[in-house]
Amino acid sequence: MTKKQKTMLYRIIVSFVILAALMICEHLGIFGALSGTWLLLPAYAVPYLIIGYDIIYKAARNIRNGQIFDENFLMMLATFGAFGVREYSEAAAVMLFYQVGELFQSYAVGKSRQSISDMMDICPEYANIEQDGELVQVDPDDVEVGSMIVVKPGERVPLDGIVTEGESYVDTAALTGESVPRKVSVGKEIFSGCVNGSGTLKIQTTKEFDDSTVAKILELVENAGSKKARTEKFITKFAKYYTPVVTVGAVLLALIPPLILGGNFGEWIQRACTFLVISCPCALVISVPLGFFGGIGAASRMGVLVKGGNYLEAVAEMTTIVFDKTGTLTKGEFRVTEILPEPGVSDRQNADQELLELAALGESYSNHPIAVSIREAFEEKGGKIDMGRVSDAEEIAGHGILVKVDDREVLLGNEKLMQREQISYKPVLSAGTVVYAACEKQFLGALVISDVVKEGAAEAIRDMKKVGVKKSVMLTGDRKQAAEAVAAELGIDEVHAELLPGDKVDIVEMLLKQQKGHEKLAFAGDGINDAPVLTRADIGIAMGSMGSDAAIEAADVVLMDDDVRKIAGVVQCARKTLRIVKQNIVFALGVKALVLILGALGMANMWEAVFADVGVAVIAIMNSMRALKTDESKM
Amino acid sequence: MKKKFKLEDLDCANCAAKMEDAIKKIAGVNDANVSFMAQKMTIEAEDDRFDEIMKEVVAVCAKVEPDCKILL
Repeated sequence: MTKKQKTMLYRIIVSFVILAALMICEHLGIFGALSGTWLLLPAYAVPYLIIGYDIIYKAARNIRNGQIFDENFLMMLATFGAFGVREYSEAAAVMLFYQVGELFQSYAVGKSRQSISDMMDICPEYANIEQDGELVQVDPDDVEVGSMIVVKPGERVPLDGIVTEGESYVDTAALTGESVPRKVSVGKEIFSGCVNGSGTLKIQTTKEFDDSTVAKILELVENAGSKKARTEKFITKFAKYYTPVVTVGAVLLALIPPLILGGNFGEWIQRACTFLVISCPCALVISVPLGFFGGIGAASRMGVLVKGGNYLEAVAEMTTIVFDKTGTLTKGEFRVTEILPEPGVSDRQNADQELLELAALGESYSNHPIAVSIREAFEEKGGKIDMGRVSDAEEIAGHGILVKVDDREVLLGNEKLMQREQISYKPVLSAGTVVYAACEKQFLGALVISDVVKEGAAEAIRDMKKVGVKKSVMLTGDRKQAAEAVAAELGIDEVHAELLPGDKVDIVEMLLKQQKGHEKLAFAGDGINDAPVLTRADIGIAMGSMGSDAAIEAADVVLMDDDVRKIAGVVQCARKTLRIVKQNIVFALGVKALVLILGALGMANMWEAVFADVGVAVIAIMNSMRALKTDESKM
Repeated sequence: MKKKFKLEDLDCANCAAKMEDAIKKIAGVNDANVSFMAQKMTIEAEDDRFDEIMKEVVAVCAKVEPDCKILL
C-alpha cells in the first residue's frame, strides 16, 4: 500500500468507529428524544467530515475550474441530500463506503499495474564498460555503437551486439517466452533483454539503446494502449453521456413526481440521491482498458507482441489464416528428407546409411547448399567424412558431380546426369530436389532434399482449427507439387503455388472479399518482402526472429520466436480477454440499470447504490485481472 | 515532435480521459494520449512551439485534475 492509501485506511477506521458508536447509541435509545431531530446533525457530521472532507474540497475546487459532473461533486450532492432529508447515518455511511470502495479500487488498480510492469521488467538498468582496466557501470543510453561491454553472470544484456569473448547460455524468456536457454559463443549475435547464464561475456554493441530489441519491445507494449479497441472507444463515448444523463434523471426524479403527484419532496430527493451515487461510469472506464492491457500483457508473456487493443479484438474474430510458406511453416533451410536406396543393391539394414555415406563423401568438395545438407545429414547420423577416400572430383555444370570414392567412380546429380551417363535409374516423384546416385555406372538410389517443415507446424494448424479458425491457406512461390505435399502434411485447406511476389496481395484481396461480417483474416509471414501483404490483411502476423526490425514494424502481431504454434494461444488469449471485457460491460451496466430502476421506484436505497457504484467497479477490476493470467498448459 | 511524460497521482480513469480530451483541444497539439494504466502521457505537437504548448498542457491538466502531477 502506498502512503496515501494507508492514510485513507486510518481515516476509514476512525470514521467507522465513531459512526458505529453513534448508530449503536441511537439504536439503544441513549439519545432519547433527540433521535430523528436536527440536533443529531453535528454528531454525525464528525465521522462524515473525517471521511469526506477531501471529497467536498475537491468538488468545490472542480466546480471553480468548471468541471461539474465529476464523482466528487455527485457524492457530495447525494450525501448533502441525505442530510437534508435527515438520513444522517446513511449520509455518513454512504460516504464511508464510497471511500472504502475507492481505496479498494485504487489498491486493485495499483496491483494490476504492478504485475503488468513486473512482467515488462525487461529493461536493463546499466551496462558495464571497461575503463582503465576497471569495470564501470553506465546508463545503457550512453553507450555508443561499437563499444565493448561486459555482461557478468546473472546480468541482463543491456544492448544488442556480437559476442567477442566468452561462452554462456542466455535466458531469452523475457523476449520469446521460450524457457530453454540459448547457447551463445564468440561471433554470435546476442539481443538485449536476455539474461546471461553462468559465463561472463564480452560484447561489441551493434545498436544504440533506443534501437535495441528491448527498447523496441517496451515501446511497442507501451504504445499498445493508444490503439484502442472498438469496445474501448464505445465505453469512452458512453461514459461521456452516461453521467450527465443520470444526473439530469436525478434532478427530474426529485422535481417532477412530487409536483405532479403532490406530496413528499423528501422521499423523492432521497431517490434522486440514489441516482447520483450510481452516476459514475468508473467500473467500465477502468475495467475495460485494464482487460485489454492485461490481455496484451499475457500475450507478451507468451512471447507474442500484440500492438494494440484493436488487434487483440481482431485476433479474437479471426476465421481465416493465410501463411507464407517459406520461413513461416518451413524453416527455409534445406535438409535431406528422404533416402531411397535401390532395393537389392546392398543389404537392407545399412542401405540408407551406405547411400548417404557415399553421397556425403562424393559431395565433400562442394559448397553448394545441397551438398552441405547431405554432409550435415551424414554427420548428424554419426558419420565422419574422411577426405582421404575422395579424389578426382569433377563438377559437371547443370548436371552434378563425377568423383572417385575409394577409387570407384561415383556419379551424383539430377536426372539429366543419369540420362547423359546412360544409367538406368528409377525416377523419383517427390516434392523436393532429387539427387540420384550411381557407382561404377550402377544406379544406387536417390536422396530427396527439401525445405523442412517447422517443428509443430502441423500441430499449430490443428490447434488453430480447434480454437475456431475455419480456413487455412498457404501461399508459396514453390512448384505446385512441392507445395501440395507440404500442405497435405500440415493439413492446410487451400494452396496457391507458383506465385510471383506481387500475386500474394491479389490473393489476399480475393480472400478478404470472401470474409463475412466481422470475420477477420490474418496473414502470417516471415516479414521479408511481406510488408504490403502484412498491412493489407486485417491482422498481419510476422515472425520476429528476434530483431528483424522490418517485420516488427509492418506487422500487428509479432511472434518473437517464430513459433507458429503460439498463434492458437494468442487467439485463445484474445477471446478470453474479449469475453472478460464483455462480461464486465454486461455486469456493470446490468447492475447499474437495475439499481437505477429500483431506486426510481423507491425499492433501492443508498446502500445498494453504493454497491452498484464501487462494488461493481471492484468486481469488474478483479475480473479484468484474469485477462493477465496465461494458461501455462497452452503456452 | 513526440514526447512522453510520466504522471503522478493520476487516480481516476475518467479523469485520464478528460485530460486527454482537453489536451487534444489545445492549438498545436496533433495528438495526445493519456494512459491511466501506464501513468504516462504522450504528446505530439509542433516542434518550435513545444515548450509553449507544454505550459498550456500543464495548465489544462491542473484545471481538469489538480491532483495529478506531470513530471517534466
